[in-house]
Amino acid sequence: MTDVVITGIGQTPVGEHWELGLRDLAVAAIRDALKDAGGLKPQALFVGNMLAPNLSNQAHLGALIAEYAGLTGIEAMTVEASGASGGAALRQGYLAVASGMVDVALVVGVEKFTDKIGSDVEEATATENDADFESIHGMTITAQAALLMKRYMHENEIPENGFANFALTAHANGVANKNAAFQKAIKAETYAKAEMVSDPIKVFDMAPQLDGAAALVLTRRELIPSNGQSLLVKIAGSAASSDTLALHDRKDMLYFDAAQISAGKAMKQAGITLSQINFFEYHDIFSIYAALQLEAVGFAIKGKGWKLAADGEIGLKGKIPCATMGGMKARGFAGGASGVYQAVEAVTQLRGQAGANQIAGATYGLIQSLGGPASTAVSHILQKLDWSNPDSV
Amino acid sequence: MEIPRHWRLKKQRYGLVGEVCPHCDHKIFPPRDVCPNCGDEAKEQFAFSGKGEVYSYTTVYEAPAGFDANAPYTVAIVKLEEGPMLTAQLTDLGEQPISIGMPVEMVTRKMRNDGDERGVIVYGYKFRPAPLHTTA
Repeated sequence: MTDVVITGIGQTPVGEHWELGLRDLAVAAIRDALKDAGGLKPQALFVGNMLAPNLSNQAHLGALIAEYAGLTGIEAMTVEASGASGGAALRQGYLAVASGMVDVALVVGVEKFTDKIGSDVEEATATENDADFESIHGMTITAQAALLMKRYMHENEIPENGFANFALTAHANGVANKNAAFQKAIKAETYAKAEMVSDPIKVFDMAPQLDGAAALVLTRRELIPSNGQSLLVKIAGSAASSDTLALHDRKDMLYFDAAQISAGKAMKQAGITLSQINFFEYHDIFSIYAALQLEAVGFAIKGKGWKLAADGEIGLKGKIPCATMGGMKARGFAGGASGVYQAVEAVTQLRGQAGANQIAGATYGLIQSLGGPASTAVSHILQKLDWSNPDSV
Repeated sequence: MEIPRHWRLKKQRYGLVGEVCPHCDHKIFPPRDVCPNCGDEAKEQFAFSGKGEVYSYTTVYEAPAGFDANAPYTVAIVKLEEGPMLTAQLTDLGEQPISIGMPVEMVTRKMRNDGDERGVIVYGYKFRPAPLHTTA
């Protein structure tokens, strides 16, 4: 199969963008990515979005965003898989380009959380749960993660603040990311003293829900213009998997099957093993999700994902650096944009442009985008193509 | 609002009616006509006893619209005696501390209202602590 490459990346800072609407954010990221790609003309637009119909009373984002980006006429549609919408949009773009039916695809993830507040946001995010059998009982996305974390702590012996390093690492990595919502490291005591949200989840065990957009330009390698990016990143593996929507329908809710399946398929396609992955952008909207992803993907055995973090192995110099640009905790959780931010950040690492957060010699990055508690899991392996080394191209 | 939706779920909400698989005897809740255990068709109705134990629980302080008047409240995953798990609120707790493994039983309670004074009040199952002698 021909190589699909990411030849343009763009992003807005993640934050409370009172002055910018859904379309403004998306267009800013798209223009950034198209400029980076050096003049490629997209033929299709895949929009990753989670909650615009609920949060912004706006559906039909494909046509809207294509129009405002000056691309009216191209094929354009939304891809929705809750929090995994960004990863799912990337996969649809990948499939379109890999199939040969589309030469250049534009993928944009966008979310506008802050037009609503409080119980309206809780109501909107709860739509990712089973409406008839979870949400009607007052279940929120945070409560769902809390139920998982409580059971995890019941079955595994975890010291007090055993999850702290997920937050500490993310916030330390956010310092050097100018697009991160929080660019300040936190101390262990700040984590420990934080307010309880839904026991055992405290403030720093969850990511802030904020506005943002990120974009990617995909094409096949042979179509790259001479003035395009010389630092190429290939999509070496792409896979998606689903699990039960409701947590209570799982055989073992403490194992993220879909995360395991999609990561395994993506690695198989890329022809690599775990030890070749230089960094992992996980979906750390909740610390417990990060721990369960480390276990499902295979970086830790069942029940020991928290330990990998506690031992410092997820830091930039650890065995498997995670959330290298701040992850969802520090960069911020911008809903359906999150999976696209992961790809943008991974490309930045693989191009060697991650500044103070650069992972030396990074060749392979795994990114994994989750919808709910891995009811959807989309995994991609991104690979640096080194033009100076013909064997790798 | 959503009157047909709440109406069509009345057997589940009031009677905890699920299904039993005629092929492998797996008990199913919520019903789905396809057995999640063996994959065969499973349409035979089965009413659950309403007895179970707490598998996990947490407290919701920041509730979705429609539930905020009742916050804080406790949401749990309950493992039913017959096997399946479900999500429900715990109620009638008094001063009793909750713990994983605590026996609970189903009761019918008000779950939410749909906002204005003309809105529907939705009733359905919640679980309360069960006296020990009533559990298996």
